[in-house]
Amino acid sequence: MKLKQLLIALPLALSAVSFSGASLASDSLLNVSYDPTRELYREYNEWFAEKWKSETGNSLNVRQSHGGSGSQARAIIDGLDADVATLALAYDVDALRKRGNLIPENWQERLPGNSSPYTSTIVLLVRAGNPKNIQDWDDLVRDDVQVITPNPKTSGGARWNYLAAWGYAEQKYGSKESAYDFVKKIFGNVPVLDPAARGATNTFVQRRIGDVFIAWENEAFLSVEQLGRGQYEIVVPSVSILAEPPVTVVDANVDRKGTRALAEAYLEGLYSDDAQHLAAKHFYRPSNAEIAAQYEDKFPKVNLFGIDDVFGGWDNAQETHFNDGGHFDTILEELAQQRR
Amino acid sequence: MSNTAKAKSVIPGFNITMGFSLLYLTFIFLIPVGGLLLYTSLMSWDEFWRAVSHPQVVASYKLSFGASFIGASINLVFGFLAAWVLVRYQFPGKRLIDALIDLPFALPTAVAGIALVTLYASTGWVGQYFELFDIRIAYTQIGVVIALTYIGLPFVVRTVQPVLEDFESELEEASAALGASRLTTIRKVILPALLPALLTGFALAFARALGEYGSVVFISGNLPYATEITPLLIVAKAEQYDYNGAAAIGTVMLFAAFILLLVINFLQWWSSRRFSH
Repeated sequence: MKLKQLLIALPLALSAVSFSGASLASDSLLNVSYDPTRELYREYNEWFAEKWKSETGNSLNVRQSHGGSGSQARAIIDGLDADVATLALAYDVDALRKRGNLIPENWQERLPGNSSPYTSTIVLLVRAGNPKNIQDWDDLVRDDVQVITPNPKTSGGARWNYLAAWGYAEQKYGSKESAYDFVKKIFGNVPVLDPAARGATNTFVQRRIGDVFIAWENEAFLSVEQLGRGQYEIVVPSVSILAEPPVTVVDANVDRKGTRALAEAYLEGLYSDDAQHLAAKHFYRPSNAEIAAQYEDKFPKVNLFGIDDVFGGWDNAQETHFNDGGHFDTILEELAQQRR
Repeated sequence: MSNTAKAKSVIPGFNITMGFSLLYLTFIFLIPVGGLLLYTSLMSWDEFWRAVSHPQVVASYKLSFGASFIGASINLVFGFLAAWVLVRYQFPGKRLIDALIDLPFALPTAVAGIALVTLYASTGWVGQYFELFDIRIAYTQIGVVIALTYIGLPFVVRTVQPVLEDFESELEEASAALGASRLTTIRKVILPALLPALLTGFALAFARALGEYGSVVFISGNLPYATEITPLLIVAKAEQYDYNGAAAIGTVMLFAAFILLLVINFLQWWSSRRFSH
């Protein structure tokens, strides 16, 4: 571990030196996040910097880093100087504890709502007019439907997709075996398995491959807004998973840099009314129930289950489903045999 | 070795240049590769074998090595042709084409991947015509070959070009004057002289293709057991924090590539010796 930390820390340290040209009177914070939060945090950072200045008089420079959730977690473990981590799933944040010992055991209890200031869910994005008449998860196993999703092995976001489908099937058909068959049928309908959400969006939107794209609700909204208004529709399934992208202060880093107060204020600010409205504006569901109620027409009511209820938490889900030899591997193996 | 190097050169400084070279190689190459081997060495033999011999991984080796080999072979033929045209003939736009050859080095591979898939998807400019014959390029193994051919394009051209420039066309004239047919001249005079350069270009293109990730993942479809390249599996392992597994597959790639490059280098040495005698 030591050697590897050194190997990775060295170039990072060099780049940090080139970054730190900012004037001394100003505070600085590094928020390491995942891909689709870019616009949300750009706006939030402006809002928070203003608030920070009015409260402390110091100007604040928040630097953002975005990338795949898993690789961002690895970068922090390997020495990226993040003050706060705002990632796609608790499993990646928990890796900061398990593999880097950078945050305490109880990190997820430190902020309300499992430390997730905003939530999302998994929805189905279809082409305009919904030509294949896709209404719910059951339509994804039909023979005439092609499904686009990133690979759960390489994309943290796609693990939510897989688990949402599994949870639906387990609830509806009553057993793990039928859930397994259900998910296997869905992946049998996947013609292209992109490593990350960005590539999958490209496949569905630009290449026009597939009839339905399993996506985070916020990303589905983004696709509809940015990539082609009127060309896509969001279908909200009857049951889906409560996706909680958690946030945490990276204790080891803030204690070393002396930025704990700032980092904690930054994360607590996410729960403020203004930030909750910002989250809704960027298509995340606000965790504050009162504010969420104001956006009811934007975010339809879904019967949401949590990962703890159905899968016994991320560690279990990862172990049973996604690690080597897990259910997903077996599914791929069986599908490959069928194709031969 | 060091004495002869010292004695021969009129420019002093063997010690310091050698020292810097070693330092440079250590930081840029030896430490990262050492780290890879270190991670692998943390595994037991059983763990290692299970990680590298899983059917899904084996299927990806076949694709990665096979597609890289085909891609490099295509580049061997057409890179040679391109180099020949660029050296032997004068035509308008020659400088432009010469400059374009290096573009695959400069263009971000993800951009290249998206551009290629846009062209070769069954709805794309090129792909739609293949679609008429029921041939799919994007999201098949053919797509992987195309991406790997694209990124290896400059190597053969750039290794053959300087050799061809130094190659005196008098040799061909002499061969013709002595009664050799055109084919014999190519076979007995031109090819042997170019073979070492061709092999070097081939080896570079092949090695580059083996490690390519960025462009391939967009065009391949990444279906496990079918169109999934080995570098993608390494990413997948790292994504589940299985550093050892990732390092194990990386080690296999490293050694396989090393052996293949060694063989090619040997061929090159053998062919240049054969030609010079």
